[in-house]
Amino acid sequence: MNPYLPIIIILGLGVALGLILSGFAHFLGPRHPTPAKEEIFECGVPTVASRERMSVKFYLTAILFILFDIETVFLFLWAKAFRSLAWFGIVEVAVFVLILVAGYLYVLKTGALEWD
Amino acid sequence: MGLTSSELPFIVDLIATLSKIVVVFLIGLNVPPIMLWVERRVPALMQRRRGPNRVGFFKWRLWGLFQAVADAIKLIFKEEAVPAMANKWFFHLGPVFSVFPAFLVLSAMPFGEYIEVMGYQISLVAVQVNVGFLFILAMAGMAIYGVALSGWASTSKYTLLGALRASAQMISYEIPLGLSLIPIALVYNSLDLTEIVKGQSHFWQWGIFLSPLSFIIFLVCMFAETNRTPFDLAEAESELVVGFHTEYGSTKFAAFFLGEYVSMFALSLLCSILFFGGWHLPLLSRENLINLTGSVNLAALVGVGVLFLKAAFFMFLYVWVRWTVPRFRYDQLMKLGWKFLLPLGLANIAVTAGILALNF
Repeated sequence: MNPYLPIIIILGLGVALGLILSGFAHFLGPRHPTPAKEEIFECGVPTVASRERMSVKFYLTAILFILFDIETVFLFLWAKAFRSLAWFGIVEVAVFVLILVAGYLYVLKTGALEWD
Repeated sequence: MGLTSSELPFIVDLIATLSKIVVVFLIGLNVPPIMLWVERRVPALMQRRRGPNRVGFFKWRLWGLFQAVADAIKLIFKEEAVPAMANKWFFHLGPVFSVFPAFLVLSAMPFGEYIEVMGYQISLVAVQVNVGFLFILAMAGMAIYGVALSGWASTSKYTLLGALRASAQMISYEIPLGLSLIPIALVYNSLDLTEIVKGQSHFWQWGIFLSPLSFIIFLVCMFAETNRTPFDLAEAESELVVGFHTEYGSTKFAAFFLGEYVSMFALSLLCSILFFGGWHLPLLSRENLINLTGSVNLAALVGVGVLFLKAAFFMFLYVWVRWTVPRFRYDQLMKLGWKFLLPLGLANIAVTAGILALNF
């Protein structure tokens, strides 16, 4: 049997469970909506929808995450083949990681990781 | 050697897989009620008060264990308030995205080596893919969609800020988490969790002794990934009400709860599997255990018990730390992740690879 088949089954069951839980709230509880209930949470002041612009830091973090996460994925494959690649693999990965470290130092220097 | 999973007859394999999936779901669904109770009784113990101990049937109170049942019933029959301004589709989809990734991660955890049923060897892992680590990391990463979607769709500033903080935190700590797993893959020469536990049959071969730095990085990331104290910036009560799920009530709130506790349990299992020998007892090898108990199945059962005991300790640790350590500040959190754990993780890989390379 394909080892990925159970993943599909679990995915289906998990989504079904989530939908059931999400639906329970809709169908089982009482429903007496009033304008006050349908407001978003706030203490005393009038509520406003939050569709504001957010700090660019979050985008930057996301982009940096993609860079370094791909690095980890590559390192996993190297770790799997570590013993068969031997020194060749170590040198290759060292070059790869050093390039990334140079990028990391640049990111540090430009202050992309400062949060204040 | 008996038959491995790929050599089983199709129908046996199908029945075994389906029953394993059912077991995974049963375990997953039973974690939150138990943790709900632990999460109240343990702090009560630490603060020298009683905690909930009244709910029960007639005179059987069982230390308030039925409190979880009462809570579940309350949550199911509560009225749900959908904010009028909310983006309805994503508002209802958010909880779904926080439930299923947690179960996918849990399903990749091996509970033991194998059991023998009617002459067939059945492995005790629901999802056996040869890229175990990558699968776990990918599925754990999916939980971010639930957080981001539900926080954004609620249209409240508290949920939006909570979702932004939580997603930035989760992706930041996923990198050191991944880096801390690589030395383990190097040492045990496998990406398959079952193989890794097989490599830890003696307690001096446990991950914590062979790669202690990995364990420390993993432990920190484990707390950050599940948004637990001291890294619970996403739901800092004093600033953000409860963060990204402020607007959710009723069973939708329960869904977030379920997702959080199942992923906590999955990470506790992963920690026990990678660093504490999984189902192996210290000083008693699996062969000795099989000889002692006289059957493979009984030894596997003991192994499952041992693994769950180890995982239970980490679940306790979550609660322990929550009531001991104060919350980080957000810039400190990001600094720890990017400026400390990331270089440390890379250095750890370099040192591990260097030491292993001496044996070429």
